[in-house]
Amino acid sequence: MTVLDVLLGPWEFDFWRRALLVGLLSGVICGLVGCHVVLRGMAFIGDAVAHSVFPGVAVAFVLGFDLVVGGAVAGLATAVLVAVFAQHRRLREDAVIGVFFAAAFGLGIVVLSAAPGYSGSLESFLFGSILGISDADVLGVAGLGALILLVALALHPRLVAVGLDRETARAIGLPVFGLDIALYVLVTLAIVMSLQAVGNVLVLALLITPAAAARLLTDRLESMMLLAPAIGAGSAVVGLYLSYAFDLAAGGLIVLVVTAVFLTCWVAAPRHGLVARRRTSRPSPKEGLHP
Amino acid sequence: MTGAVVTVAGLAVDLGGREVLHDVDLAVRAGETVGLIGPNGAGKTTLLRAVLGLVPAAHGTVTVAGGEIGYVPQRHEFAWDFPTSVRGAVLSGRVHHRRWLRGASTEDRAAVAAALERVDMTALADRPVGELSGGQRQRVLVARALVVAPRLLLLDEPFTGLDVPTQDLLGELLTRLRAEGHAVVVTTHDLAAAAELCTRLCLLNRTVIADGPPADLEDPEIWLRAFGVTRVRGLR
Repeated sequence: MTVLDVLLGPWEFDFWRRALLVGLLSGVICGLVGCHVVLRGMAFIGDAVAHSVFPGVAVAFVLGFDLVVGGAVAGLATAVLVAVFAQHRRLREDAVIGVFFAAAFGLGIVVLSAAPGYSGSLESFLFGSILGISDADVLGVAGLGALILLVALALHPRLVAVGLDRETARAIGLPVFGLDIALYVLVTLAIVMSLQAVGNVLVLALLITPAAAARLLTDRLESMMLLAPAIGAGSAVVGLYLSYAFDLAAGGLIVLVVTAVFLTCWVAAPRHGLVARRRTSRPSPKEGLHP
Repeated sequence: MTGAVVTVAGLAVDLGGREVLHDVDLAVRAGETVGLIGPNGAGKTTLLRAVLGLVPAAHGTVTVAGGEIGYVPQRHEFAWDFPTSVRGAVLSGRVHHRRWLRGASTEDRAAVAAALERVDMTALADRPVGELSGGQRQRVLVARALVVAPRLLLLDEPFTGLDVPTQDLLGELLTRLRAEGHAVVVTTHDLAAAAELCTRLCLLNRTVIADGPPADLEDPEIWLRAFGVTRVRGLR
């Protein structure tokens, strides 16, 4: 099999074209939303929402509803519960998140175990089924992606202002709690749209890793928000090709590729990478003479 | 008081069932710099937050005469590790003027440029905020407050953690802003700096203990009551 065979071969299959499209869209949208998640240090809430989407998907599956709607409702319910319970002075947000996401995942497993033949569907929820996506799924993902993109762009300056300084954002009259909820909604929707690509467990990698890698590459928010979607989408494409070439699990390969990109950035990023920091921490003799 | 930019009358604030402020009366006019002085837990920050409308008044009123308030919070409130430039940080102070799905307007850009000029940070406009010194960070926060053209400026502990030359620079900036007709309220622990900078000092400990020009507040009894101490360093 030549390189050209690998690159062009899969294009004859409809499922491949659909997988590529969904992978690209998931990578772009998760990369974009993930920038806010990484900059606010709220990766853990992404994890919580990802897990809590699961019982919603399970209930929708058992009752025959739309899986995306079920997942979105459960994710949002958890996000709002966390936001409300975290108002309590004695509990920090991370403890509340720990309580709710484990509970949500437990609920999902119980609901699915009540359904006949659940183990197969369980696997596709958990690990994704990017090669088994229908045309309708692609349309759903594209529509959801467009909606997330529009809302994220519209709220962008305000989300940034809250991320920079919550107290002052409140002082100038921004609805900080509402913007927090809006961000949780965006995170939930990005996770739901990416479930089919990489599944429930691995979706966090698409949300966090590209944004974290992009942060290492730049000190400009605008650049970060272009780089992270590019890294996410690129990793999805490369992962799919590796899956085709070696006949291995696509979702897992996408995550491994994006992780490799992150590690490469960690070592070799121009200003903040390991190599660059080593170099600048050793001042040249000239700098030593003229402090 | 006529011509006051902000008037606080009979203000009481409860936080979590505890009375933090009671019977606070304070008015600040344009061209005044008022130093809010008091020990930790005296309610200085709470008073600023009440003026901003961030905490509700249990009793009394806060009246701000027209226009927006420029707020300079303590430096640790700002996420300095955020990937943004000095210009971006200052622009964020005008975010509530932004139209949906529009970039910064010509007016926004002009206001940012003017604010940076005022605090002498124009040359560093494109620098990432994470690379600034403490004094430069403080000036960025002041510029962000100035970007809405406020008549009233509230600064919370702006001198804390700055070295003396940097404090002096900030003091000069605040004096200039006062001379331009701003009403300036600044909380501080630094009594010497406050006595030098402020046209009025307001000693606060749950309520106003004393309020007047620094020269009128030399009676040690007042300081004793405000701080509950016998000797006050830094003030003769």
